[in-house]
Amino acid sequence: MSVALSAQDITRALTRISHEILEKNQGSTNIVLLGIPTRGAHIATRISSIIASIEGTEVPTGTLDITLFRDDLRMRPPRAIMPTKIPTSGIEGKDVILVDDVLFSGRTIRAALDALGEIGRPRTVQLAALVDRGHRELPIKADFIGKNLPTSKNQSVKVFLSEIDGRDEVTIEEEAE
Amino acid sequence: MKHLLSIADLNKSEAISILDTATELARVSDGAVKKLPTLRGRTIVNLFAEDSTRTRISFEAAAKRLSADVINFSAKGSSLSKGESLKDTAMTLQAMGADAVVIRHPASGAAQRLADSEWMSGSVVNAGDGTHEHPSQALLDAFTIRKHLGMGGSDLAGLSIAIVGDILHSRVARSNVLLLSMLGAKVTLVAPPTLLPVGIQNWPVTVSYDFDAVIPHVDVVMMLRVQQERMSDLFFPNAREYSRYFGLNGERMASMKSGAIVMHPGPMNRGLEISAEVADSARSVITEQVTNGVSVRMAILYVLLAGGALEVGSN
Repeated sequence: MSVALSAQDITRALTRISHEILEKNQGSTNIVLLGIPTRGAHIATRISSIIASIEGTEVPTGTLDITLFRDDLRMRPPRAIMPTKIPTSGIEGKDVILVDDVLFSGRTIRAALDALGEIGRPRTVQLAALVDRGHRELPIKADFIGKNLPTSKNQSVKVFLSEIDGRDEVTIEEEAE
Repeated sequence: MKHLLSIADLNKSEAISILDTATELARVSDGAVKKLPTLRGRTIVNLFAEDSTRTRISFEAAAKRLSADVINFSAKGSSLSKGESLKDTAMTLQAMGADAVVIRHPASGAAQRLADSEWMSGSVVNAGDGTHEHPSQALLDAFTIRKHLGMGGSDLAGLSIAIVGDILHSRVARSNVLLLSMLGAKVTLVAPPTLLPVGIQNWPVTVSYDFDAVIPHVDVVMMLRVQQERMSDLFFPNAREYSRYFGLNGERMASMKSGAIVMHPGPMNRGLEISAEVADSARSVITEQVTNGVSVRMAILYVLLAGGALEVGSN
């Protein structure tokens, strides 16, 4: 097991992502942040508070559970459904930033795009991920990345966040076959 | 979990996970999203050998909101009325590739028979078998109670619930007694002695013959329909007497706790077990039970059908 990102690295990466989001969208006025549970939701909340401290305004932040839109449901045991909370401002005509912890095959993001399509029509959809570990199976690319981590397929990337895991850390582990 | 045949087959954490799933699915149905792709390509057969309004359309709506294909099949207008056996019907459904069968049948144990047989390989959901069980109704009742009166917890601990009326013929009562007591509620059955089943002393409930003594102490009054179609004997002298002792009218409702709710699984005999005044009052959550029924049945279908063959926890 090796540590890929320390607590400080994570804070720096999220701060940079927040600035990049503001730069690309020319401010925070039309932004909606939607985190994908579980850890993406916590990261979205952190980005939201960093943006609030930079801009001085609250950014509508919610969660988007994509379980019901997955294409691999039949390959796994039933999963628990996590909360979906869309901010009251809605997503119609907004610049929606999807936030996830690890970008891997891209299938989660495809499901998230389907889920968004059921809710409304954002002006743009952008993607922020703390870690991009490669191995995409779909033509999906992140707009904001905390760190690119080249990995092999039999490694597993684990994200720990203080909100649920008691500490901030990203590790790479060799998966026991 | 492959089948839902009886509340007795569920443990507490499975029951709570169905209720939690229903809570999230209810949020989905409330919002802009009306249809989910989750069960696309799955076929669900509603096999109803007994009349039903709410349960059948509720399962149908639930399946359609999850994008499953629904085939409705009722005794009237099918070969069941020509005397086709359950076995032949089940084998027909298997040949058509049904992933799940939602079955209502007048014979107790029909769902179990279908699930245990080799006749078909899909999931079986019991939507009411004779006087045995009606698990999806109990789950939607527990869901409704938790939504209104749950003290933030995931179960129903601390709540007191009266189930009133024709316990003897009621599969709703059987499933509810099992589920509500498993979730920590205190259940009191109120009925004339003739409408209580043999062996009631072994149920996890207290029994009372005096509705007026019970009503001020409970958080939920669940009225049951007097099932005249199942009554071959004289269980009470006449409807007026039953109504006077065991019916819920405006006067009795006035002695309920503040915040207490009135439930009824439907269909109601207005004027017999429940007065129109009560059924249409602010305490009544009867139409909400119907709304919640769709979310709870979506949760049941999700839990039974959405996952693959692997068991929970093996991943």
